[in-house]
Amino acid sequence: MTVADEAAQYGLHRVGGRPPLGRYLAEVWRRREFIGSLARFRLEAENGRNRLGMAWVVLKPLLNAGVYGLIFGVLLQTRREIDDFVPYLVIGVMMFEYFSTCFTTGAKSITANAALVQSLSFPRMSLPLALVAQRFLQFGPMVVIMLLAAVVSGSRPQPSWLLLIPLVVLFTIFNAGLTLVTARLTVHFRDLTQLLPFISRFFFYTSGIFFSVEARFHDHPTLMRIADFQPIHEFLTLGRAILLSGPQYTMPTEYWWYGTAWAAGMLAFGTLFFWAAEERYGRTD
Amino acid sequence: MAAPTDRKPVVVVDDVHVEYKVFATGKRPTAADSGRRLMQRQRKTRTVHALKGVSFTAYENDSIGVIGTNGSGKSTLMRAIVGLTPTSQGSIYAASRPSLLGVGAALIKDLSGERNVILGGLALGLTLDEVEAKYDDIVEFSGIRDFIELPMRTYSSGMTARLKFAIATARTHEILIVDEALAVGDQKFRNRSEARIREIRDNAGTVFLVSHSMRSIRDTCNRVVWIEKGVLMMDGPTDEVIAAYEDAQSR
Repeated sequence: MTVADEAAQYGLHRVGGRPPLGRYLAEVWRRREFIGSLARFRLEAENGRNRLGMAWVVLKPLLNAGVYGLIFGVLLQTRREIDDFVPYLVIGVMMFEYFSTCFTTGAKSITANAALVQSLSFPRMSLPLALVAQRFLQFGPMVVIMLLAAVVSGSRPQPSWLLLIPLVVLFTIFNAGLTLVTARLTVHFRDLTQLLPFISRFFFYTSGIFFSVEARFHDHPTLMRIADFQPIHEFLTLGRAILLSGPQYTMPTEYWWYGTAWAAGMLAFGTLFFWAAEERYGRTD
Repeated sequence: MAAPTDRKPVVVVDDVHVEYKVFATGKRPTAADSGRRLMQRQRKTRTVHALKGVSFTAYENDSIGVIGTNGSGKSTLMRAIVGLTPTSQGSIYAASRPSLLGVGAALIKDLSGERNVILGGLALGLTLDEVEAKYDDIVEFSGIRDFIELPMRTYSSGMTARLKFAIATARTHEILIVDEALAVGDQKFRNRSEARIREIRDNAGTVFLVSHSMRSIRDTCNRVVWIEKGVLMMDGPTDEVIAAYEDAQSR
């Protein structure tokens, strides 16, 4: 009788194996309180020692929007082609901030927590998910700013604003899927953390945050087609269509389908991709 | 191995080898050959054979001391049992997932002790309700109730260690691995923590204690495994193995 048979006879299991996907996800769900608390407490700790504390959650993207608005809107005059430039910019910057913080800091969620990964056993997916949850909490006040910006510029709150809820859900799912992918990739290639800010910047300048892709490239059908399928551009366009009114902001219904496909596809791929390397994360080599 | 068959085995370590591949960075590169060295670094790996075929079986209610000189492979073996270090050969079987005693990495220095008790408990796999139920016990055991609402960064190292130990032992572990955690705090706290370890063992648990303190191993363990350079040197009753170990050390 081999040792393995003998072990099985006493009901012993092999240590260190990766659980099947279903059991793994159930385990992640069981850890939801840990994920939520980690997100909340980290957010608190991040800003706890600043004089203005949590106010920075809102101040940072606002200052960001101010700088971009001044440089691109006023100095380079991109605001001429856009109705309601201020809320346009604010919605763009706030939503992009949510995406980019997930994307860049989420990539480090495993590598920056190496000690935690090596000392406690829990499904590693908890860490990138906690990070997305933390960014989600930060996004809350930003949504309030977006609503205020829309109201100040003359939009009236209406029932269709509730569409913001499914949009944020889709956007969050998309961000979570992407974070799972970058979190694993960074474990294999640390160099990625150096590259990610540039990729994020590339999306920033191409998604139409402070200029209008439609107004600028309406006679380039290929570029417009690419923009149709660029997820960030889709989510931003939907956000603006919900909150702002005017001929520039008609709701592109097909974007809801594209956005849903991106979110679902990204989450499915990210989950599988992250889970497949579960045994790899604690290793020190 | 002459093992009593009437007791239930809890952990079976079967011919375990662990090899690490590490980058041997070697000499610091000079400006002239830095470009070349950068490319070469990929190939310069060294294999460290940390464990060379270790086998033993741990039974219910065993408390096993693990001894050996620095770098002998004790911690590697423990990490392999927990499943954090993959074995390159051989396998390890366990009745339930063994856990390392240690929760320090989950805590956040900028938060109060209170928040950290909650976070640490959740990190160990407790639910929020369970943490709340045990909260008073944890704080009581750590003995820092007066400072619990202060951020952890203001604690002394002894206070931090006590809080960590109190959180880590709040969960009942079936198989617990303690890596030199008993040497924290003052004498009074040390006695209490040793008592806590014995309590865990008595609750039908199995405890591995990695330590250089022969006193705490004598006080808590009924069996000792001695590892030297990745090889199991001896496995037997505490007094016999410690005597042989100390004999080898003084030579």
